[in-house]
Amino acid sequence: MAGHSSGTNRGSHSMDKSITLPPDEIFRNLENAKRFAIDIGGSLTKLAYYSTVQHKVAKVRSFDHSVKEADGDPLYEISVQEEITARLHFIKFENAYIETCLDFIKDHLVNTETKVIKATGGGAYKFKDLIEKKLKLKVDKEDEMSCLIKGCNFVLRNIPHEAFVYAKHADSEFRFQTTHPDIFPYLLVNIGSGVSIVKVESEDQFERIGGSSIGGGTFWGLGALLTKTKRFDELLQLASKGQHTSVDMLVKDIYGGAYGSLGLTGDLIASSFGKSATADKEFSKEDMAKSLLHMISNDIGQLACLYARLHNLNRVYFGGFFIRGHPVTMHTITYSINFFTKGEVQALFLRHEGYLGAIGAFLKGAEEDNPNQYSWGENYAGSSGLMSVSPDLNPMQRARSGTFDMLEMDRLERQLVNLPLLQDPSSYIPDTMDLTEDALAREYWLYCFEEALDGVVKRAIASQPDMPEAAERAEKFRQKYRHKLQTLRNQPFAYGSLTVRSLLDTREHCLNEFNFPDPYSKIKQKENDVALRYYLKVVKSLEELSWEQRQFALVRGLLAGNVFDWGAKAISDVLESDPEFGFEEAKRQLQERPWLVDAYNQWIERLKGPPHTCALFFVDNSGIDIILGVFPFVRELLGRGTQVVLASNSGPALNDVTNGELQILTERIAAMDPVIHSAFKEDRLTLVQSGSSSPCLDLSRLDKVLATVVRERQTDLVIIEGMGRAIHTNYYAMLSCESLKLAVIKNSWLAERLGGKIFSVVFKYEVPPKH
Amino acid sequence: MDIGGTLVKLVYFEPKDITAEEEQEEVENLRSIRRYLTSHTAYGAAGIRDVHLELCDLSMCGRTGSLHFIRFPTHDLPAFLQMGRDKHFSSLHTTLCATGGGAYKFEEDFRLMADLQLHKLDELECLIHGVLYIDSVVPSECYYYENPADPEHCEQRPFPLENPYPLLLVNIGSGVSILAVYSKDNYKRVTGTSLGGGTFLGLCCLLTGCNMFEEALEMASRGDGTRVDKLVRDIYGGDYERFGLPGWAVASSFGNMMCKEKRESISKEDLARATLVTITNNIGSITRMCAVNENIQRVVFVGNFLRVNTLSMKLLAYALDYWSKGQLKALFLRHEGYFGAVGALLELLNPS
Repeated sequence: MAGHSSGTNRGSHSMDKSITLPPDEIFRNLENAKRFAIDIGGSLTKLAYYSTVQHKVAKVRSFDHSVKEADGDPLYEISVQEEITARLHFIKFENAYIETCLDFIKDHLVNTETKVIKATGGGAYKFKDLIEKKLKLKVDKEDEMSCLIKGCNFVLRNIPHEAFVYAKHADSEFRFQTTHPDIFPYLLVNIGSGVSIVKVESEDQFERIGGSSIGGGTFWGLGALLTKTKRFDELLQLASKGQHTSVDMLVKDIYGGAYGSLGLTGDLIASSFGKSATADKEFSKEDMAKSLLHMISNDIGQLACLYARLHNLNRVYFGGFFIRGHPVTMHTITYSINFFTKGEVQALFLRHEGYLGAIGAFLKGAEEDNPNQYSWGENYAGSSGLMSVSPDLNPMQRARSGTFDMLEMDRLERQLVNLPLLQDPSSYIPDTMDLTEDALAREYWLYCFEEALDGVVKRAIASQPDMPEAAERAEKFRQKYRHKLQTLRNQPFAYGSLTVRSLLDTREHCLNEFNFPDPYSKIKQKENDVALRYYLKVVKSLEELSWEQRQFALVRGLLAGNVFDWGAKAISDVLESDPEFGFEEAKRQLQERPWLVDAYNQWIERLKGPPHTCALFFVDNSGIDIILGVFPFVRELLGRGTQVVLASNSGPALNDVTNGELQILTERIAAMDPVIHSAFKEDRLTLVQSGSSSPCLDLSRLDKVLATVVRERQTDLVIIEGMGRAIHTNYYAMLSCESLKLAVIKNSWLAERLGGKIFSVVFKYEVPPKH
Repeated sequence: MDIGGTLVKLVYFEPKDITAEEEQEEVENLRSIRRYLTSHTAYGAAGIRDVHLELCDLSMCGRTGSLHFIRFPTHDLPAFLQMGRDKHFSSLHTTLCATGGGAYKFEEDFRLMADLQLHKLDELECLIHGVLYIDSVVPSECYYYENPADPEHCEQRPFPLENPYPLLLVNIGSGVSILAVYSKDNYKRVTGTSLGGGTFLGLCCLLTGCNMFEEALEMASRGDGTRVDKLVRDIYGGDYERFGLPGWAVASSFGNMMCKEKRESISKEDLARATLVTITNNIGSITRMCAVNENIQRVVFVGNFLRVNTLSMKLLAYALDYWSKGQLKALFLRHEGYFGAVGALLELLNPS
């Protein structure tokens, strides 16, 4: 109950503290900000606002080839346009900074139409006048619990890896959970000064089913009385150093050992503070704090379990200031839940728990924009990530390192949903390797991305030859991304599970942040142009082959095409030094059969059977890959009577072909090739966008249109191509229809890990078990 | 006897129908123990005979006599053993039936210090047998509070526990055990909590410097817990209607103590009261959840935490009634903490 209504003993809100970060790096994009919300808790203030970001996007546009078709002219025109996208900003800072922050906002808030600021949290009353005076906005108070729930629903729905299980002694303290496609029903146990237990059944339906007065305020208040220690953080620090067994009466203190017939072990606490019922003994502050912490955590855990059982719920999230990133309390609550449910229920915590109230208050104010109809994504470039919670850090340091914490969420152009063909959406995990848990792999990949950074910076500058300040921006990008990599080295859990995908996505976010929307646009353009010239020749030579030979040549073509990946250092080095490296050279590099993973024979047997109804093909690179590898393969499928849906990225990532580019390429190929022409015209060949701008693929966050098309066309074959989409992600993804995952491993370390060498081939053909 | 974490509970059956002949034959040692126990109401520094609980004209095992109820702190057990040794208790060749954790913990001490062999019995079984037995022989053993919400008209009323099953039995000693009882021999421990009588006294000792249960209770009776606790109305100015929480409900136990000025403005009595209310309400809340989960409407509270503790009993009666909207009834038994010891005695008389 009333999670934020405490903390009046934090003393006066002195203004002598200075903000350590430049304020414009904290309150970003204030110029266009509107719709403010604020959540003022006992010690921290959370500010939320909506803003728009103007940034550059790369667009391609086809020339009118009927008019002008001179050799040497580029295939299509690349233009960089300004686009405006919506972004949500959330900033968390100590209450002591409120006035400074309000002043800063007032000075930078220009021509906003905002009249009202939504407010929640116990401190909203206290600072009402100050806010109204400084910002000239009317404070509109919102119910705390409704805000909390709204915020909770929002992060659970939009941030993969939001929830985690805490395991103190495991290799990785945080074990992130994949978000269940249906987030309801769940139990939210909010441990503020008291405890509220809320059952949430849908977006608008929730009920406080219980609570307890023994909560964070009891720990703090009673702890302050017992130990004469004023600050909550210091009390926790004391507790982490204490021994509760000198204060608590254990089962073994009564029984001499375990109470075997009831299965109660000797170390179990029989009576909290049972040993302090004496006047002639002194107890240390640490021991009393520890005993108090156990008492309260166990009590809350027990009640939470009783309510979870009564309402038959097994997803229980814990939040409130008692929990907020404190390893000590997360550990004791986890312990308690395990004890009382014998492991049946797991205590879940949230990465953005501290922001829930502010997010909810913001959403209440933004209802007319209907933010829930969009999908949102965490912007890794603008978000601080989860702070280190190492118990060794002293509380003062901890407090300082977390002085300003930020979360930025981008509104995604498209609404994202599950691929309908996932066998079990609730257990689907996109990433093959979890670098949070695999320290060796983590080391390798962090090193890899650091190594590649110079190349990326060079490429970024080269992509904008007409812009003299590009070098300066590229340098800023380098610093930002390097800093992210350093953060991730120390706190691999900062943005959820660390994966190759998240490292790649973070790089894309940082590039966008500094207005390098598509560093590979020119390379893609050139390579597409070159490849197109060979298309007919490739098709013709394939037609001369026997059926069996042709099938093999098509697969080899796909694989050879997939060699052209600027994301792989081994390849980009070759491509930069040898401009003549082409399709035939790539084929020669390929591993001979049997491949590292080789299901080719099964695939051929399948092809001898009836044709597939519809194939969904997640494509990878531009140039040779898409034009000389994918299109001939697609052509063959079409010839068999199979419809084909080509899914490509909505936005640029490395040299991956984008939906915009693919549109032009398809038209160009259709103009040369009657098979493609008629299929495209008759809609047997369709292009859709994936909704993603990542070199990897998360099948649980795909464009809604794609999902509809897949369903309508009764898709019975999914083809996933490339390292990013078929190896780093989805290697183990189970689909409810046939699938083909193919890639060339262009990284020796990864190849070795999989038991092969560089240029090993993975050709995985899977058929789901029949029911 | 029942040797708990804090108290040892001893019940002693004194046959009153001793014939002259028997008197003659009675061993001197036995006579001396009987006289010592029955002629005193206090033993040593902290041993007490609860005279008001004594059951007279009780027939047990074909004899008529009185059942005496004696308690002393567990830490005085060595003195007790010394006395047993001095009075040559072991020469009587009687079995001493003992339950509670101490029966295990001190078994060796009984043997070494007093040459006594303990017959150890399970405490929950003894507890249930003791409750059922006493309730069957004492007419007004079980009672409840009528009008728990109204201090003016809140009164004890006898409750005939004729068909007692199913029953939720809540034993509040140093810690708390909650049992669901379906018949004399069919029961299960539903759960327990470490926040019990030991916690109340332990915290009171640390917070107020007292060291006796009675003293702590007495302070609590004079204090005002609402100065220590943060109430719903302290946060919302009144009821929190959105969630149906009344303004008087405690939102955060000891919540006001987060604030330095308030820490300096409260008395020891206020702290004792808040501690008592916190522990009692928590037991009430866990009990209520167990009753709902186990689908049991009748709840019997026992244990020495409730001894001379009308405050807690009324609080439990009210809390159960209020939060269950009248569905649950809190029942209490006069021999609060002695049922384990009684159960152990029964085992001696009717070994199963």
